[in-house]
Amino acid sequence: MVRMRSLLAVVMLAGIYSLISAGLFLIMDAVDVAFTEAAVGAGLSTVLLLGTLALTGCRQVQRQHSPMLPLAVVSITGVVLIWGTQDMPHFGDPQAPVHHHVAPRYIEAAPKEVGVPNIVTAVLASYRGFDTLGETAVVFTAGVGVLALLGIRRRRRAGEHKERQQ
Amino acid sequence: MSQDIILKVSAKLLIPFILLFALYVQFHGDDGPGGGFQAGVIFATGIILYALANGTERAMRLIPPGVLRPLSALGVLLYGGVGLVSMALGGEFLNYEVLAHDAAHGQHVGILLIEAGVGLTVASVMLMIFYNFATRGD
Repeated sequence: MVRMRSLLAVVMLAGIYSLISAGLFLIMDAVDVAFTEAAVGAGLSTVLLLGTLALTGCRQVQRQHSPMLPLAVVSITGVVLIWGTQDMPHFGDPQAPVHHHVAPRYIEAAPKEVGVPNIVTAVLASYRGFDTLGETAVVFTAGVGVLALLGIRRRRRAGEHKERQQ
Repeated sequence: MSQDIILKVSAKLLIPFILLFALYVQFHGDDGPGGGFQAGVIFATGIILYALANGTERAMRLIPPGVLRPLSALGVLLYGGVGLVSMALGGEFLNYEVLAHDAAHGQHVGILLIEAGVGLTVASVMLMIFYNFATRGD
């Protein structure tokens, strides 16, 4: 992927990478996340990236400057991130803080309080309904943003069309 | 876009099942994996597949972009509306327990409605973004 110049192949590889990480989430029993990753990462964003390539052309331009500085920045950031994971609890560790905060309360009370078999839905839609409202607003805002950025030219062109007709 | 017969026929076979699966994920989200967000994306993917096989213009005749803009806002409004209704009925904002005669039933009604709102917004925003990208070139 790093040495690839054909952006079409890069987009396809990114889609495959998304699908593999969806499988990884599935193995870790995060079914809802795997679902989202497969639908959004492998499906939708691949199509959108392909749509972008159709507009911009699918060969990467050969750059003049040396790739050493970006490479150094990326390597240092990567090392720092991996160093940061050393303090994290192991996967599935029952002593991990995340399993001791509100999770036991949700697992015990959700079947009674919400009465929904899928606890993920109970947490997302009911206990943290306000967060999900915010997320929906974010998706809506993204749509408005794309309309504002990409929709203008078409409208202007349609306006020019009308002017020409007059 | 293309005259590829294999693409057209296989898309025709797949699209009804994709849309049906989206509805299943939408309304079965409280029993199994999934929910409004995933369902919305899957629904949009079905329409995008139609657009890829038959051309964006035919897809835009099927679901016009003018319909998508109000629908995307309607989803957020439905979500917020459920919160306001639950406030009007004497609960807190987005406390679904007051929506029906008993608490668990109210939770079911509330979750169904807000998931519908999420699905509506996500599906229409994704389609809107796709339409904007796909028609940019012409």
